[in-house]
Amino acid sequence: MKLEGQVRIPSGCAIAAVISKDGNKMSGEMITNAMKPMHDRSNGLGGGFAGYGIYPEYKEFYALHFFFNERATRKNCEVFLKERFEIVKSEVIPTRKIPAITDEPIIWRYFVAPLKSVLASLQLDEKEFVARTVMKINTEMKGAYVFSSGKNMGTFKAVGFPEDVGVFYKLDEYEGYSWTAHGRYPTNTPGWWGGAHPFTLLDYSIVHNGEISSYDANRRFIEMFGYKCNLQTDTEVITYIMDHLLRKQGLSLEEAASVIAAPFWSTIESKPKEERQKLTYLRTVFSSLLVTGPFSIVLGFDGGLMALNDRLKLRSMVVGEKDDKVFISSEEAAIRVMEPNAKNIYAPAGGEPVIVRVKEGKF
Amino acid sequence: MSVEFLYPEFEVIRNDNRCIACRVCERQCANVVHSYDSDNGIMLSDETKCVNCQRCVSLCPTRALKIVKSDCTLRENANWKDATIKEIYKQANSGGVLLSSMGNPNPLPVYWDKILINASQVTNPPIDPLREPMETKVFLGKKPEMISRDENGKIKCDISPQLELSMPIMFSAMSYGSISYNAHESLARAATELGILYNTGEGGLHEDFYCYGENTIVQVASGRFGVYKDYLEAGAAVEIKMGQGAKPGIGGHLPGTKIVGDVSRTRMIPEGSDAISPAPHHDIYSIEDLRQLVLSLKEATEYKKPVIVKVAAVHNIAAIASGIARSGADIIAIDGFRGGTGAAPTRIRDNVGIPIELALASVDQRLRDEGIRNNVSLVVGGSIRSASDVVKAIALGADACYVATAAVLALGCHLCRTCQSGKCNWGIATQRPELVKRLNPDIGSKRLVNLMTAWRHEIKELMGGMGINSIESLRGNRLMLRGIGLNEKELQILGISHAGE
Amino acid sequence: MKRVYANEKWCLGCRLCEYNCAFANSGEVNMVKALKGKPIFPRIHVDGDESINFAVSCRHCKDPLCVKSCISGALSIKDGVICIDHNKCVGCLTCILVCPYGAVSEGKNGVVQKCELCLENSCGEPACVKGCPNNAIVYEER
Repeated sequence: MKLEGQVRIPSGCAIAAVISKDGNKMSGEMITNAMKPMHDRSNGLGGGFAGYGIYPEYKEFYALHFFFNERATRKNCEVFLKERFEIVKSEVIPTRKIPAITDEPIIWRYFVAPLKSVLASLQLDEKEFVARTVMKINTEMKGAYVFSSGKNMGTFKAVGFPEDVGVFYKLDEYEGYSWTAHGRYPTNTPGWWGGAHPFTLLDYSIVHNGEISSYDANRRFIEMFGYKCNLQTDTEVITYIMDHLLRKQGLSLEEAASVIAAPFWSTIESKPKEERQKLTYLRTVFSSLLVTGPFSIVLGFDGGLMALNDRLKLRSMVVGEKDDKVFISSEEAAIRVMEPNAKNIYAPAGGEPVIVRVKEGKF
Repeated sequence: MSVEFLYPEFEVIRNDNRCIACRVCERQCANVVHSYDSDNGIMLSDETKCVNCQRCVSLCPTRALKIVKSDCTLRENANWKDATIKEIYKQANSGGVLLSSMGNPNPLPVYWDKILINASQVTNPPIDPLREPMETKVFLGKKPEMISRDENGKIKCDISPQLELSMPIMFSAMSYGSISYNAHESLARAATELGILYNTGEGGLHEDFYCYGENTIVQVASGRFGVYKDYLEAGAAVEIKMGQGAKPGIGGHLPGTKIVGDVSRTRMIPEGSDAISPAPHHDIYSIEDLRQLVLSLKEATEYKKPVIVKVAAVHNIAAIASGIARSGADIIAIDGFRGGTGAAPTRIRDNVGIPIELALASVDQRLRDEGIRNNVSLVVGGSIRSASDVVKAIALGADACYVATAAVLALGCHLCRTCQSGKCNWGIATQRPELVKRLNPDIGSKRLVNLMTAWRHEIKELMGGMGINSIESLRGNRLMLRGIGLNEKELQILGISHAGE
Repeated sequence: MKRVYANEKWCLGCRLCEYNCAFANSGEVNMVKALKGKPIFPRIHVDGDESINFAVSCRHCKDPLCVKSCISGALSIKDGVICIDHNKCVGCLTCILVCPYGAVSEGKNGVVQKCELCLENSCGEPACVKGCPNNAIVYEER
């Protein structure tokens, strides 16, 4: 093995995202290509994408993407699913055989709707039910792993470089109004398919670059609310935090951003009274959900994206735009690949959320 | 006489080449160890009276004095240790229960010393606290489970009463009576300057110190000394003392000789009467009774002040804490078995209770398992000795730490462990006016502020090393800890991995 | 002008100030060598009883009686500090008689000595204040 000094060892992950504010559809090829100039930010141990608006014909159904270790596992899992859902479609996720991606598990997707009778007997709303089911499968069902569970969106990820992963999953054949992408340089978890980003729960997906120092404080807090951090990755815990804050607590994106990348107390002190009270309140109530250490994330959700840096801005992240499109990336190079004439390129400040929504009715 | 004789524990070594017979030692020793032989112009010492408080050593202008352990030994015996035998002699002499002061001095495991802290390398940058903001502010109190919004969609920011601390440390309970007026003044002034809190203990609040109310926790203990409406309203929080780490399961006894003047008035009991705190609160024989007292105190203070319930760390502490968390209390304070005391029966102090590290770890985990960790804040005490102990406690899951021994050390205590004698040469654990005046609160409060400021710097350095820039991201962050030399069971209870894992 | 003030509330009567004063004005670098086995002549004195103590030293009065009464011109005021020229002092002790505070005393060799705020010795600041364990003597502007 080559030692440090004989070989350059770059470090970091790569993230990129694009969204059309008018809801115009873009093929997944664009975001795949965007990852190419950031090749050195990954180490081939994980790449992935999330596309929104990609399943218009099944938009009323939860799209569950699965990795299965073997056929028997899938059969067992399907039995379990049928007890809880109506399965309207069940198919293998189409892939291309390419030399760069090997050892793939069984990659399957189901479009499902929860059984009303089950919902009624459990007294749960639909989303909570789906979230709990996903958590149950991922915790208890060995060899089965749900890696995408939203409506009209899907995650595609693998062990490999992201540009190869995009080709492998034939992303050029999907069209979405927003896309996020991730190239992984894992340092603290072994590279495996489920561990690649984006990490998702329901329609929330997260791509993340960083290693957060608050991990165990966040994990041990969020696990009080029924989440199980099976992967022990930062991204997983951030996803659950966002789900908890946005879906369960009903915070707005800005409010959630002010929890995980809370302004410093000195900054809060300088705000006008009403805002000061609110920020103090959120920071006090959700103090265990403050995320420290370097991160840049893009949160994908139904109808929009939010990009956010840690409050010290310890990871690079730039934003640019052109016409109806907004681009976000670890490096400007990726934006230039997607749109050579992108304008207004800037680096958002630490803790400053960049929220982009598709216009009402356009997605 | 002969059979009662115990050879003095310490020897006063006076270097006659240095001694200038200034007699400062003589004037400063309340135990009357030193005397001046005017015939020969030399100082003499009576070592039988020496408690090794080091006051004379500290004030000797020529460093002519030192106190050393006496080497007059009994025949060595690993089973019958010197101290054990001497305790038997003492009891055979007196027929009484042995009394001790300060924390358990025995060589039981100190888990803090077997826990190591992480630091960032490569994948995550350490943060330099001299260049970047590093936050240590904490809020103690119950947090709502769900946010709620008003009709305009704005978040309702009303929250149960919270204690705001500039750093996760408070001075723990030491009553006026067990310690002096000047010690209390030092603590109150330092807490105010630091933006933290001190605790009255169970002896009431001296009228002079009502002005420090915003930085005061007023305690309600089983004796209810000095408790009345104004007292409850004077503090920032009310603490119900169920137990104390140094003496779980027993009450307190301040002898009538210490109930003089202001102490008697502040405690609201007649001069010269013994102040006896019963072992239990006689209105709390179970958890539902505790709930009633919690709610009564809240009612009395119009729900404006958080209520703390302080318990000693005992075997089933996790279940007890869970009960307290559901009792309406806002904060649980847990006192470990190494916690200090002004006086406790030796057998109790040295044999009852469990280490705070294990108690904290199991309570924090239990409250999380039950999903109620955010309903209460956790404060731990019982020998928090340094900034690194604080960091380890926070990482195990505490919101804040209580320190008392470290605070009295800053005030001058040399841990001679004879507080029960009331002759504290440092003016701390005494009510004798000529001794009390030895602690000038100008100096005392400054030294406390220095100590806490130093700790705050160290906490920030340690946090920065871990890449954490706010204390809340350290709370319960057990991945930042590793055990060293601990067995599987201990690691499991602490919820940490072993070093190298 | 900064002066030495006693704060009787905090004075413990330990008399360290006396020894520190004597040492500071001894010209020796070692306290043992300076003071061991010798009578000491401090310029500050602790007075008091069981219940109260205080240290007394020269007040450096604005209108000092001692200076007025000095028959040999040994006492003078320099920048507000009342100084004594030991070479001029004839030991008449009039100053001791007139000082309302009892702050002037007879030193060794029969000449008078008094506090000069350690400005004339190697200490540089009042040694009594520096060595007081309880802030019972302070050196400050009032």
